[in-house]
Amino acid sequence: MDTSIDFLGVTFPNPLVLCSGYLGITASTWDNLARKGAGGITTKSIWLNEHKGHNNPVILANEDFICNAVGVPDAGIEKAKEEFKEYLKRNNGVPLIVNIIGGKADDFVAITEAVNELKPQLIEVNISCPNVEDEHGKPFATSCPDAARVTKMVKSVTDIPIIIKLSPNVENIQEIAQAVVEAGADGITAINTYGPGLVIDIDSAQPILANKVGGVSGPGIKPLAVKKVFDIAAAVDVPIIGMGGVKTGRDAIEFMMAGATLVGIGSALYYRGEAAFKIVLDEMVEWCEASGVKSFSEIVKKTHSVLDSSSSL
Amino acid sequence: MKTFIFDCDFQVQPGQFVNVWLPRIDEKPMSVAFADGKELHLTIADVGPFSRAMHELKVGDQVGLRGPYGKAFTFEPNQSIAMVGGGFGSAPLYFTAFHAVQAGCTIDFIIGARREDLLIYRERVEKLKGATLHVSTDDGSVGHKGYNVEILQKLMNEKNYDMIMTCGPEVMMAAVARIADEKKVPAQISLERYMKCGFGLCGNCCVDKTGDAICTKGPVVPLEYVKQVEEFGKYHRDDLGKKHKF
Repeated sequence: MDTSIDFLGVTFPNPLVLCSGYLGITASTWDNLARKGAGGITTKSIWLNEHKGHNNPVILANEDFICNAVGVPDAGIEKAKEEFKEYLKRNNGVPLIVNIIGGKADDFVAITEAVNELKPQLIEVNISCPNVEDEHGKPFATSCPDAARVTKMVKSVTDIPIIIKLSPNVENIQEIAQAVVEAGADGITAINTYGPGLVIDIDSAQPILANKVGGVSGPGIKPLAVKKVFDIAAAVDVPIIGMGGVKTGRDAIEFMMAGATLVGIGSALYYRGEAAFKIVLDEMVEWCEASGVKSFSEIVKKTHSVLDSSSSL
Repeated sequence: MKTFIFDCDFQVQPGQFVNVWLPRIDEKPMSVAFADGKELHLTIADVGPFSRAMHELKVGDQVGLRGPYGKAFTFEPNQSIAMVGGGFGSAPLYFTAFHAVQAGCTIDFIIGARREDLLIYRERVEKLKGATLHVSTDDGSVGHKGYNVEILQKLMNEKNYDMIMTCGPEVMMAAVARIADEKKVPAQISLERYMKCGFGLCGNCCVDKTGDAICTKGPVVPLEYVKQVEEFGKYHRDDLGKKHKF
């Protein structure tokens, strides 16, 4: 079957995209994953200037979940420019989604302007980081006005479609989604990690992560993520990149039925190795062919159509 | 420099590494110097805040260990092997040699350091039946005055090896790789990159141009592989992904 799918006017060779935060530091890595079957690549979050991460340990993984506090390390826009240039040279036909981040709302304008010059196909905005101007360092993604303000500022300085990555750690994800769409978001990525969570080493009684707490992802959060994607798809009419614990082709199809057009692959790289993209896609195709599905676009939001159209769960 | 001996039942193959954790301080990948399923040895130099904290530990203190991770050195029975170690690279090579001689391999164990007191594992290697020790120091305080690579070159003019293994500073390993390539001898190289998670997720140890994470693809890789690694012998990246020349 033709596995390609359109997302905001960009053709992806298949719906499986690398989640931001996994691997993607260098052009070589992006290209390697593209050649191993990724349909799209999302970069790690790019800051305008250098940003130090946390000490090790930064990632804990087991069969049930992944807990991470890497601390969003990055060398800043100058290094990113070099990597973009190199990636374009590889000419592999796999779109690049550039993920950007800032500590203050104004930072998002500066990084968007810088990234805009590089003309990536899409920009994903990480608003799950703490707002350093907020008294309690509350993430932008947890407040409708803050999320909308950042969206509007980013949108005002670029014509490249922007996707806002939402945090699941809110009671009102539908309102947040509506706020960012009204502010100009072209698409939504859902979800960022749950939490924070805490993992304790019982021999020392110490938290294991250097940052003590970290965001939780992986198979354990999948049903929660599918529900958030469903809720967002019911609330707004923009395409969604759905993610959270996808390990199999069936998982990916589940996200699409909940409302995702593209599906993120992250923890699957731990569970199924670097062949994860290819394995998951093969499983999706196998299921589609057995089920008489001719194109992935047919299954997007399928569960919404089998339920009462106005239903919320 | 100290060798730490842990009560630890990890089944480790020579060339693999473990992540060593000191709560609230840091966690670092360390090449395993020896392990037999009961003990695990790590040889650690006092070079930074983490290793300093390690050196301050007392017998009986606990550390966190996770692993083993990565690909090991491999050999066939009865092979003739040259091992070229620079500085602390001698530790995993000793571990490999320990197993290889039991499989009937004969080994030329070539180690180099700046000066005599930085040569490690000399006594241990001298005790291995089937291994011949060759030593170089930059200052000539013991053994050949110059580089260990020069010893390798000389030995290769006299005999044929089935395999070359190397671990140490990358510029030295790049020279070993060149010689192996010229003489068409298979080689295994232990790459060192800035590793965080140790299992292929964080991406910090990915190399140009292959884009592979060395923590899972390596650290020990064959000669054919390093020939595709554009940065081999030239540069590496730091914790932020910035390039630094060797």
